[in-house]
Amino acid sequence: MTLADAAMSSPMLIGALIDDCCSVIDANVERLDSLDAAIGDGDHGTNMRRGAAAVLAEREAIANLPVGEALGAAGRAAVMSIGGAAGPLYGTLLIELGKQFPAEPKRADVARAVSDAVDAVARRGRSEAGCKTLLDVLCPLRDAMLDGTPLAAIARNASRWAEATKNMRALRGRASFLGARSVGHVDPGAASASLLVATICRRLRDPFR
Amino acid sequence: MSGPNVGIVIVSHSPLVAQGAADMVRQMVGDRVPLAWCGGNADGSLGTNARAILAALEAAWSPAGVAVLVDLGGAETNSEIAIEAIGEPRSAKIVICNAPIVEGAVIAAAEASGGAPLSRVVAAAEELAPR
Repeated sequence: MTLADAAMSSPMLIGALIDDCCSVIDANVERLDSLDAAIGDGDHGTNMRRGAAAVLAEREAIANLPVGEALGAAGRAAVMSIGGAAGPLYGTLLIELGKQFPAEPKRADVARAVSDAVDAVARRGRSEAGCKTLLDVLCPLRDAMLDGTPLAAIARNASRWAEATKNMRALRGRASFLGARSVGHVDPGAASASLLVATICRRLRDPFR
Repeated sequence: MSGPNVGIVIVSHSPLVAQGAADMVRQMVGDRVPLAWCGGNADGSLGTNARAILAALEAAWSPAGVAVLVDLGGAETNSEIAIEAIGEPRSAKIVICNAPIVEGAVIAAAEASGGAPLSRVVAAAEELAPR
């Protein structure tokens, strides 16, 4: 299977993905800031909006690149502007994904690229699933991609993965300073990751919506 | 007179902390050590900014290498990104110290001002790290 209908050109699809991701971040800035205020420094939504704006500013140039290069360019734009803990993690995800992304994306090749990119994020953050971070969304995403879960199901499951961080105690990141008091709050990085994963999966399975 | 001294870069979430630590370094070593600092995000609020760290690394660059002092997590990972952006071969001569930012910067600079190599500068700062 290909990721998207071949009738939609790559520049159109990349442009649509950029627009979708920026929209979902813009619509959730306050929620992400507020989740971060509970267990961190309160700026995750603001930081993600700055990163989204930097990618949007390069939309036309990025959209006209081959997909792998587009992912790398988006990652570099994001990592130089997001800052915070999230910038290097999202930047690493996109840049590594771009390095591995197959020229003619077949599901199995994309799954391997996602898997390698998520492993790179874990190394960057010196973390793993279960520590109340965005890896609690990215690791289930990796597993779902590898076992062939349909994109529609991934889109539906993503918010549940983020919600599961609510009962976790933070072991990495600034929330870990709170110890047991970090329990009871959804991790903001997991929340932004689930929004982006669901948004991207919905667009890829229905490019013309 | 030996070769150039190791440079020092201070990366804090707060521009005031970074500048204050840099002031303490200057008081100790004057202009004998290349020194740059950055703090705050791209909007000027508390936070980190990989692009500003990259500029600071360029400003304090020395052929003897650069020791980087950071505060909290994002300062470290954004510094890693900036070091990768500088690329080889210079990236191999830039080391993030596992040390408290203020004390680490002052003792690293004191070591660097005597002409110590990068490994000794980093080790001096890291002797301060909690065990």
